[in-house]
Amino acid sequence: MGSARLYAAVAAGGFRRYATYRVATAAGVFTNTVFGLILVYTYLALWDERPHLGGYDQTQAVTYVWLGQCLYATLAIQGGGVEKDLMARIRTGEIAIDLYRPADLQLWWLASDLGRALFQTLGRGVIPFAFGALFFPMALPADVSTWVAFLVALLLAMVVSFGIRYLAALSMFWLMDGTGVNQALMVLGVFCSGMTLPLNAFPGALGDVVRVLPWAAQLQMPADVLMGETAPLGAYAFQAVWAVVLLWAGRLLQSAATRRVVVQGG
Amino acid sequence: MGEHNRLTEGLRAYRLIAGMWIRSAMTYRVSFGVTVFGNLLVTGLDFVAILLMFSQVDSLGGWTLPEVTFLYGLSVTAFGITDLVFGSMDVLGARMRDGSFDTLLVRPAPVLAQVGADHFALRRLGRITQGALVLGWALVSVDVVWTPAKVLLVPVMLVSGAAIFGAVFVAGAAFQFLAQDAAEVQSAFTYGGTTLLQYPPTVFGKDLVRGVTFMLPLAFVNWVPGTYVLGRPYPLGLPQWAAFTPPLVAVACCALAGLAWRAGLRSYRSTGS
Repeated sequence: MGSARLYAAVAAGGFRRYATYRVATAAGVFTNTVFGLILVYTYLALWDERPHLGGYDQTQAVTYVWLGQCLYATLAIQGGGVEKDLMARIRTGEIAIDLYRPADLQLWWLASDLGRALFQTLGRGVIPFAFGALFFPMALPADVSTWVAFLVALLLAMVVSFGIRYLAALSMFWLMDGTGVNQALMVLGVFCSGMTLPLNAFPGALGDVVRVLPWAAQLQMPADVLMGETAPLGAYAFQAVWAVVLLWAGRLLQSAATRRVVVQGG
Repeated sequence: MGEHNRLTEGLRAYRLIAGMWIRSAMTYRVSFGVTVFGNLLVTGLDFVAILLMFSQVDSLGGWTLPEVTFLYGLSVTAFGITDLVFGSMDVLGARMRDGSFDTLLVRPAPVLAQVGADHFALRRLGRITQGALVLGWALVSVDVVWTPAKVLLVPVMLVSGAAIFGAVFVAGAAFQFLAQDAAEVQSAFTYGGTTLLQYPPTVFGKDLVRGVTFMLPLAFVNWVPGTYVLGRPYPLGLPQWAAFTPPLVAVACCALAGLAWRAGLRSYRSTGS
């Protein structure tokens, strides 16, 4: 039970760390609202031409846009969560300190990232979403159970998002320079999470591929659960499978990487 | 004469600082090549989004793909030029917070030139390359009868567009003197502005179009002159000569941004760290 308290404390630390930057958070809220506005108008024009594109009507397309802006920072879709810190610690060698802590490395960083994600949802996500709901017709469920089902999907999305970024960060043990990895994270995240266009509106075989990749678990699944487009249990199964695969791969890579660590004396 | 000297002095300082950053980037040539390529990919994402949309429809807001591509190419190339020159302005807030901005103030060179050249990143050529490629494709594929006026207007649009975006960057930097931790507000206007201009004005609400025409005149980067080139109805029923005003708008914007920058610089109080 003691270790659960430890990870809760780590998560609380992650939450507080990001909560410190109040002006930056307000600026982020503003930016997400502006981008939401631009995207909403383009989506409305698109759905005007092609009603029911991807099985969404216009209000669902609008909901998708604002949910994307709400979860953009939460899921670190472009990167920029705890993996940045982890990469820096690997590069400088401070990772050695983390390794002899009496705690599991992966769980430690997962807890910290969940704390960060929780803050980003509350601090940065809720206001753009509420702004969207206020000024645009949205397809929001009226019953509490759907919102609860959405929150479960969101939690699983956070874990999948962490799983991807943890793998990317561990690659630093071999690469020592994160530029390329960060760029790949950004391109894949924006494109395959459906930040540019809902994944169910992607054409043909491209659509079939992006809808089975782990990034589909991040924005598409929570959105479809919220709007009643998919059965929650199916969505959870998809997200959970990816979460387990990614975390397990992270463990394998982590043990391979930590065998490489050489602590310099002096 | 004094103004003139400050300008040449500023350009010289800019060249020296930018040169230093280029030399440091060139130390690792392969890495530099990879980051330019990566930059090209990252900045091309929004174009992929447009292509994806047009894989589902034939027109957006009544505009065809070549027409939207024309707007996109103009917006991204103009923005790319500005981003190359002033793209590191958003580190200003961080420099003020950690106190290293103070060292820029005591150096014998104009602060704006130092801030603009700070972390000068030649990899940003990726965005210009990508924008220019798309623009090139648009120029040959739009259904336009090219007159000398239209041909001349294209480079004028690029230069004035870059200057208008430049004014937004400088004004955003001036705003950072007030809110030292709010670099993202600047991105809402810079990156948000270029994203907005990639789509036809007919897509957006009237009030939004009015706002970016008369308040923050981004519409003069490509919407207003672009509609003249494409022979489309003007946004907001503007007169036809409005298509030729971007250079004037650019000069006015730069003057206002310069004033904002001076006011911001005067109000600067060091954090003492």
